[in-house]
This record gives sequence, C-alpha cells and structure tokens, in this order.
Amino acid sequence: MLTLGSCLRRSTTVSKCAVWPCKPRFPRRAAPRKAIPTMHAFANPARFLQIARPLTGWLGWIGAVLIVAGLAAGLTLTPPDYLQGETVRIMYIHIPAAWLGMAGWGGIAAASIAELVWRHPLAAIAARATAVPGAVFAAICLASGSIWGRPTWGTWWEWDGRLTSMLVLFFVYIAYIALASAEAERGGSGGRIAAIFGLIGAINLPIIHFSVLWWRTLHQGQSISFTGSSIAPSILWPLPLTTLGFSAMFVAIVLMRMRTLLATAKVEARLRRMGAAA
Amino acid sequence: MNAWPFVIAAYAVAGLGTLALTLASLVAMRKAERAAEGLKRR
Repeated sequence: MLTLGSCLRRSTTVSKCAVWPCKPRFPRRAAPRKAIPTMHAFANPARFLQIARPLTGWLGWIGAVLIVAGLAAGLTLTPPDYLQGETVRIMYIHIPAAWLGMAGWGGIAAASIAELVWRHPLAAIAARATAVPGAVFAAICLASGSIWGRPTWGTWWEWDGRLTSMLVLFFVYIAYIALASAEAERGGSGGRIAAIFGLIGAINLPIIHFSVLWWRTLHQGQSISFTGSSIAPSILWPLPLTTLGFSAMFVAIVLMRMRTLLATAKVEARLRRMGAAA
Repeated sequence: MNAWPFVIAAYAVAGLGTLALTLASLVAMRKAERAAEGLKRR
C-alpha cells in the first residue's frame, strides 16, 4: 500500500526533473491508486498533454458558443430592471468576471498546496498559467463594476469593502505574476516561494466574499446563493449561460498557457542538452 | 440618463479583454509548440 511518505519521496524525485522531458530516476512501480489517484496520474506531462490537447479546443468552442448565446439573450430577450433599467444587463459579464477572478486565485491556492505538499510537477505550471487569466478577469470585474456604478450609484469608484478587496486581489495577482516569473528565471526554488505567496494570497478570498456583510456601504449584498436568488427569474436565466461559457473559456485559456509553458521548458531542456553535447 | 452607452462600454471591455487574452494565449501556444516540434526534428 502506498503511504504518504513513499508518495512524497516519489514526487520529490519527479520534481527534480525541472527540465522536461526527463526519464524518471525512481524504479518503476504501480501508480498510486489509493492516495489521490487522479492528481498523480497527470504527473507525467505527456499524459497530461494527451488529454489537454483535445480538451483545449472543445472547451474553447463550447465557451464561445455559450458566451455569445448568453450575452445575446441578456441583451435582447430579458426585460429591464424596474429600478436599474437597462444597466442590469452588465450583470451578465460582471458576475462571471468576479467569479473567475476569485476562482482563479482559488485554483492558484489549490495548485500551491499540491506543489508544497506533494511536489506535483505540473502544479507550479498550472498556478503560473492561471495567474494572467485570473488577473485579466479581476480587471474586467473592476472595470465593468465601475461602469455599472456610474449610472447606478452616481460614481465611478468608492472605497467600499467589496470594491477595495477586489482591487487588492488584482494587485495580488500582479505581484504573483512578477514573483513567479522572477523565480522561474532564477530556476532555484522550484516555484516554492510563489506557492507560499499563492497560499497567503488566498486569505483575501473570504474577505472579498464576506465584505458585503462586514462593511455595508455602496455595493449591494449577496443576491445569489446556493439556496436561491433575489433576482427575478426572467432577468436571471441568461446568467448561468454566460457564467458557464466564461468558465469554459477560462479553463481553455489556462490549458493553452500550460501547454505554452511545457513546450517552452521542453525547448530549453533540449537546447541545454545540445549545448552540453557540442 | 441613457444607460445603453454604459452597457455597450462594459460589454466592449469584457469582450475585447477576453478576446485579446484568448488570442494572445493561442498564438503563444502555437509558437512554443512549433518551436518544440521543430527542435525535435533536428
């Protein structure tokens, strides 16, 4: 039976192969079936790419169709809100962008745990690939929220709890991108410093979520939860379409960026080997 | 206040941002994978 100790030793050996592709130095043995089987099944970049290649296209196209359908429906088929009027239609992009800005950092935090605890070879790559799309969607959330705020609240910006914590998330993304890039260039610690930063940055996620309860200023309270919604169904129904569509597109973009990082690592490894042989 | 310019501006920001990100990621991926494939053949 595979224990956590043997799993760690095995993973540590794999993570030493920073240059990819590499030959495993550990003796061949059965794949760890008991402890986190799916995660370790993707420790091999070739196996990951086998699944990522077709998935990228499928998710990209499904996402694009859902986004276009949801936005078209939101612009033409739903009635204006009795209070906000036509500006309520900004919801169909603002909410998915906010969700993806936060979910992106959730993904970075999960990948950071996998990197720090199991030394998963793809975890650092997944985290780095998620950072830029997460930052872009956090920026879209801030910009669309600001545009929504002008006709609704009469101001482009207010140092409200939700707005400020979301802005902090955007800056944290920028800091992560800079840190992860610098760490990758130096190639020393195998992404551990960025992983620690990824975990610390996750503190901001519950702050964003509960900000509308802790500091009640301009931003409205939570209108959608697992138990129901305070938004009229006739206005709400395109929102799941755009949320699913943007989410599928987000995953497709992350997969594209992971494939870029893996291909770049492959080229660098090969050039190093050719340089050493010459 | 006419709300439509605000709606259009918000959609433009989201649409252009997503499109630019997708295209940039796609072009970078194609370039990197082509470079890796080219080096493999050498």
